Amino acid sequence: MRVVVCTKEVPDTAAKVEVKDGKVSWGDAPLVINPWDEYSVEEAILLKEKHGAETVTVVGMGGEATKEALKHAMAMGCDDAVLLQDAAFENADTLVTSEALSKAVQKFGDVGMVVFGKETSDGNSSQVAVQVGRRLGWPTLTYVSKVVSIDWTGGKITVERLLEEGKQSVEATLPAVISVVKEINEPRYPSFMGIRKASKAEIPIWGAGDISFDSTVKAKASWPEIYALPPRVGSVQIIEGATPEEAARKLVDKLIEEKVI
Amino acid sequence: MSGIWVFAEQHDGKIASVSQEALGLARKLADGLGEPVTAVIFGPDAADLGKEAIAYGADDAIASDDATLKDFRADAYGSLLTQLAKERQPSVIIAGATTRGGDVMGTTATDLEAGLITGLVDATLDGRTIVGTAPIYSGKLMAKVRVSGDGPQMLTIRSRAFPQPEPDASRTGNVETVQPAKAEADIPVEVTGTEAAEGSVSLADAAIIVSGGRGVGGPEGYAPLQELVDVLGAALGASRAAVDAGWIPYEHQVGQTGKTVAPDLYIACGISGAVQHQAGMRTSKVIVAINKDAEAPIWKLAHYGIVGDLFKVVPALTQAFKEKLGK
Repeated sequence: MRVVVCTKEVPDTAAKVEVKDGKVSWGDAPLVINPWDEYSVEEAILLKEKHGAETVTVVGMGGEATKEALKHAMAMGCDDAVLLQDAAFENADTLVTSEALSKAVQKFGDVGMVVFGKETSDGNSSQVAVQVGRRLGWPTLTYVSKVVSIDWTGGKITVERLLEEGKQSVEATLPAVISVVKEINEPRYPSFMGIRKASKAEIPIWGAGDISFDSTVKAKASWPEIYALPPRVGSVQIIEGATPEEAARKLVDKLIEEKVI
Repeated sequence: MSGIWVFAEQHDGKIASVSQEALGLARKLADGLGEPVTAVIFGPDAADLGKEAIAYGADDAIASDDATLKDFRADAYGSLLTQLAKERQPSVIIAGATTRGGDVMGTTATDLEAGLITGLVDATLDGRTIVGTAPIYSGKLMAKVRVSGDGPQMLTIRSRAFPQPEPDASRTGNVETVQPAKAEADIPVEVTGTEAAEGSVSLADAAIIVSGGRGVGGPEGYAPLQELVDVLGAALGASRAAVDAGWIPYEHQVGQTGKTVAPDLYIACGISGAVQHQAGMRTSKVIVAINKDAEAPIWKLAHYGIVGDLFKVVPALTQAFKEKLGK
């Protein structure tokens, strides 16, 4: 039974992200594995270590930079990696991305579970897991905060999900797709041996033809314009007072004037 | 292809506030597109909630309260939304950018092979095309977003980004009840239990958020913040530093790897304001900082601030609010 974990690369969270010549720029900041995917990679590895999955494969769609995210996942403990790369995947939206990833999952033929982070820190749509699950025709459980039990032979998974209104316990049939939140685990650091193994790994590249990508699936959502948030106008008004009580009362008056109370 | 649909969520037997906001947006788009607004509501008491949706701006409603739709399940809800959309061909479908909204819209967008734009904070019309505005890069940048193609234009909106319409009980319209798309045996998911979240106000819906960072010093440091939260009917937030230190559970985290919020008032206590935190709260209407460090980055973002010890300032603020608000 194989577990597939999907990932991509994003600018480091500490990066100052700007718009230059109409394009997103993150200066010298490195591209790293999507921070939410450290949790999904960890959970995929735990599915092998604790829940009897046999192989953990990390899959990403993109270019050379995507290999860094794949290698990070391998250094953490994934057994192997596949890069999906093709002109047909460029300028992908979630429809195209989910088509490519779901076809790659089908190509393996032995996948029991696909794991995603809850979103990527660039597009923030939280949609790819849902759409991959739908294309595969498998149940999709988003925002999973705990894998309670898995019965591969009986084909059943029990999880807890973290929703706006609280925790929800859910049972579903396998194979399934899950997306995970930060609460689910504490991601390990890549080991020295893991980093060595990952740096030597030859990552196979699958194109559209290799995975029987349906070329009638076209991107339908686009970002025709990106821009920085306008800087905040004006400067902070420091409220002073002889005592904290006096300053607090003045601040409360200001906030009542602002009609936010 | 005609009609603007709102997939309306219910919470505690009422139309969820983000769905009310979606109905308000649909009404505005309807006036530009010259098409009616239909609320689509599933789950317990769906027909009654359909009437409530009409009060909030829908012209009519499609409801299903079948037992298979009692709990939200993406497959059951999404399959029915897909079936209805295939039959009736709406031009627009709007939902909240919530866990449920994302699950059901992603399901139906895949079935219909329709473009979906998510997390909008604004939406206008360019001819018949909706041009949305959405934060990207976890709030560090903004994008204009739009969809193309033959399917409906599908969009999800952020909580509190669009005005909340006033209900008008005199509005009338037809509520049609429909059958589910899937039988129980064909739904591969079962909800076996729910456990309500601690604290009554969710960060996404809160008008006021009181948030604590490294400066609170430990788990017990949240006690004075909680008192202020209680007086204001606010939600309690936290920075990543405080969550990583184990002082407060992750569901309180605001920022790039936590929640993105946009309350009317954000009170940052002992939060330096790292770029990751700013990304999650910078669109708050009024930002107040309480911090000992007069050089912290938060001062560049704050509208008002008190430089001082939060353990003195926050209780004083709680007391001042109590007096002014007559509590």
